[in-house]
Amino acid sequence: MTTKEKPKVAFYWCASCGGCEEAVVDLAEGVLDVVELVDIIFWPVALDFKVKDVEAMPDGSILASFVNGAIRTTEQVKMARLMRKKSVVLVAFGSCAHQGGIPGLANLNDRESIFQTVYHDTPSTDNPEGVVPQVESRVNGHVLELPAFHNTVQALDQVVDVDYYIPGCAPTPKIILAAVQTLLSGELPPKGTTLAPDHALCEECPRKDTRPEDLALKEFNRPHQILIDEEKCLLAQGLLCMGPATRAGCEALCIQGNMPCTGCFGPTSRVKDQGGKALSALASIVDSNDEDEVERILEGIPDPIGTLYRYGLPASLLRRKVRAGNGEGR
Amino acid sequence: MSKVKVASNRITIDPITRLEGHGKIEIFLNDQGKVDRAFFQVPELRGFEQFTRGRPAEDMPQITSRICGVCPTAHHMASAKTLDDLYKVDPPPTAKKIRELVYSTFMVEDHALHFYFLGGPDFVVGPSAPAAERNVLGVIGKVGVEVGKKVIAMRRRLRDVISSIGGKVVHPVLGLPGGVAKRVTPEMQANCQEVATDAIAFATFTLQVFNDIVLANKDYVNLIVSDAFTHKTYYMGQMDANNHPNFYDGSIRVVSPEGQEVANFAAQDYLEHVAEHVEPWSYTKFCFLKSVGWKGFTDGPESGIYSVAPLARLNAADGMATPLAQKAYEQMYETLGGKPAHHTLANHWARVIELLYAAERMKELADDPELTDPNIRTLPTETPREGVGIVEAPRGTLFHHYVTDDRGVIEKANLIVATQNNSARIAMSVEKAAKGLVTRDKVSDGLLNMVEMAFRAYDPCHACATHSLPGSMPLLVSVRDKDGKPLHTLRRDFDGTVHHA
Repeated sequence: MTTKEKPKVAFYWCASCGGCEEAVVDLAEGVLDVVELVDIIFWPVALDFKVKDVEAMPDGSILASFVNGAIRTTEQVKMARLMRKKSVVLVAFGSCAHQGGIPGLANLNDRESIFQTVYHDTPSTDNPEGVVPQVESRVNGHVLELPAFHNTVQALDQVVDVDYYIPGCAPTPKIILAAVQTLLSGELPPKGTTLAPDHALCEECPRKDTRPEDLALKEFNRPHQILIDEEKCLLAQGLLCMGPATRAGCEALCIQGNMPCTGCFGPTSRVKDQGGKALSALASIVDSNDEDEVERILEGIPDPIGTLYRYGLPASLLRRKVRAGNGEGR
Repeated sequence: MSKVKVASNRITIDPITRLEGHGKIEIFLNDQGKVDRAFFQVPELRGFEQFTRGRPAEDMPQITSRICGVCPTAHHMASAKTLDDLYKVDPPPTAKKIRELVYSTFMVEDHALHFYFLGGPDFVVGPSAPAAERNVLGVIGKVGVEVGKKVIAMRRRLRDVISSIGGKVVHPVLGLPGGVAKRVTPEMQANCQEVATDAIAFATFTLQVFNDIVLANKDYVNLIVSDAFTHKTYYMGQMDANNHPNFYDGSIRVVSPEGQEVANFAAQDYLEHVAEHVEPWSYTKFCFLKSVGWKGFTDGPESGIYSVAPLARLNAADGMATPLAQKAYEQMYETLGGKPAHHTLANHWARVIELLYAAERMKELADDPELTDPNIRTLPTETPREGVGIVEAPRGTLFHHYVTDDRGVIEKANLIVATQNNSARIAMSVEKAAKGLVTRDKVSDGLLNMVEMAFRAYDPCHACATHSLPGSMPLLVSVRDKDGKPLHTLRRDFDGTVHHA
C-alpha cells in the first residue's frame, strides 16, 4: 500500500473515547475512496504504530496529521510534539483536540480530587491501605512506570501549533470527507480555519421556521421535565438549545433525534468564547427585567458552566477553575 | 521461528494499539531466566466520576457515552436506566422496547465487527497461519470478497437504524428518565424489520463460518480447550426471569467456577456484591466479589476474581431466550464438555452465539406492533435522590450509580465499566501466556500472537475493536538492560512481517 506519489497522512489519538476513530470507519465504503487518495503511514488504532518510524522520518514529510483527543498526560504532550514536527499540516480532529471536549470538564477539578474520588471515595472501591497509582512503583523489586497525569486538560493548540480544525463530537463522515478533499485539493484555506460551515446551526436547522421572531421566555425547561414536540423550535419550547452559539455542519443530528444541540461543533469564527456567546443569546430571550424573576428563570439552567462550555472549557476564556494555592499549572 | 537473545531481566511489550490510549505489558524474568511476574498495565484515566459532579443528571446519558466512542450506546442505556431509578419512574412499554431495539441493533453491529475484524482472524485464518494473512484481509481471502462487502454494508445499515432513532450513532441522544426522546414512525419500523431480517441471516451465516472453519478443525478446538488459555473463575451476567441472558434488563446472576449460583441480585444491591481493588501500577481498578474477597491474582473458588462478557454470560445462564441461539448454545457446551466453560478463547464462540441472539431479539422488537405507539415518555414527578442502572455491554456488565441533590444535579457518581470487571482475569491470562512462552534464552515471534490472543479474547473495549481493519495487532517488544536502555527490539508490522533491531 506504499505508493511513493501518494501524499502521506497520519492519525493519532490522545485523551479520547475512540468515537473519532469510529467516525472515520463510518465513512464505510468512503474509507476506500480516502485510501485511494492517500498513503496512511501511521494510525495506531488500525495499523502499525511505528512511533520509531515516525521519529525516523524527515521533518515535514507527512502532508497532514489528524490528531484527536485532549492533552492530559506527559506522553500525549510528547506525541503531539512529534506529530507537529513531522507534518506539514497538523489538524485538530474532533471536539477534544479542537476545544478540550468533555474530558475538559475535568478542569473544574484537579488531579488530587480526581484521584481522591476514583481511588478512595467511590463506594465500591476497597482500598484500606490507600494505594494510588504511581508514576513509578515497585512490586517485589520490579519497577513499573505510568505516564504522569496533568492537573489541567488542554486543547491541542495549547500544546503545539495547529493549522486546521475539524469540529464535532464526533465529526460527521460528511465533514471528514469534505475536509480531506479540501486538504488534498492543494488550495489550502488560511491557517487556523475550522473546516466546517461558518454560520450558526440555527440557520440550517430543520425547525428554523418554527422559531418566533421575538422569542421571549419566562422559564427554561430541562429535557426530562416536558414532552418534547418533534416539530417545534426547541428554544421556543424553553429548552436550552445551543444552536444559536454553535457552528453548523453536523446535519442537526441531535435535533433530528428530538433533543437540543449541546454545542459540540464549537463557535463560529466570529465568536471567541462559545459559552459567552450562548449567555448573551440567552440574556436576549429572557423575558424579564426583574432581578428576582430573572434569577428564578435561570434556575432552569442548574449547571451553566457545564452546559454552556460542555465541549470547550479548556479552550475558553475561563480555561479552568482556579486552583487553591499554586494557581493554574499543569 | 526467529529467536531473540534476552540479556536483561525485563521485557516490555508496548503496543499502543487498539487500546483506549495505551496498554502495556511488563515481563520480569528471574535468575533462572523464567518469567517471575508479568503485568498488564492500563496507563489511562479521565476521571468521569469526579467531573460529572455538578452536572444535571438528565445530561448523564450523553456525558458518560464519551467514556467510550466504540460502545457509547452501552453507557447511554445504562445511564438512562439509572435515571429511571433516580426518579423512580417507569417508562411506557413502547419506550422500553425502543431502547432495547436500539440496544440489540448495537450489539449485532459490535459483535459482528469483532468476529470479522478482530478476534476471528486467529481462527478463520488460523493461529499458526503466516502472520501476514492473520488479519481481516486473510479472513476475506478465506471467506470471499463478497462477505467483506456484506460486513461493511451490514454495519452501515445497522448504524443507520441507530441514527434514525437515536439521532447520532457516535453518541446517541434518545435516553431520558422515563423514556425516549423520539417516536418510531411506521416507515422507521419497516426499515428496522428489514434490517433485522437480514441481520438474522447474517448472524446465521457467521455461525456457519465459525462451524465450518473453526469447529471442523481439531487443532483449533484443542487450542480453545488448552490449559494455557484456561482460568477457573466466577462468572457474571444479566439474566431475564428464566435465567436467559438479556443485554438491556434483568437481574445480575453470578455462578461459581463449578457452575452453582452464588448470587442473583437487583442492580440496586450491587455494592453488596462487587468491590474494586487498587494497584499502584495501573490506572484501572480490579473488580472482585465481595463475599469471597480479594486474594491476589489467582483463580479458583477461593479467589473473588470473576469474569464478564460473552462466555461469562453464557456460563451464568441456563439457556438462551431465542430458538436459533438456544440451539447454538447447546452445541457449544456439548462440544466443550459441559458448563461452565473456563476456556478464555471460547469467548469468540460465545460472541457469535450472542450475535445471533441479538439479531433474533432485534427482529422480535422490530415486529412488535406497539413499537409505533406515541406514548414514549413518563414524566418524572418524584424528587430525585439515588439511582443505579445496569446493562450488559458487549464486553460485560456495566454499572452506573448516581446520587443527586433535590434538583437532580449530580453529587456523586460511581461507574464500573465492562472491561474493568475482567481486568484481573485479563492480567492473569497475560501472565499465564507469558509464563508459557518466555524464557531468557528465547523470545520467539510466536510470543507476539500468543500474548495477543490471551487478551484479545476479552479486550475489545480497551481495543476499541471496530476501528481495527487489520486483525493482526502490531507489536513492539523491547528488551532493555537494568538502566532501561534498549538492547534489542522485535517489531511486528501490521502486514505481519517481523523485524529485529
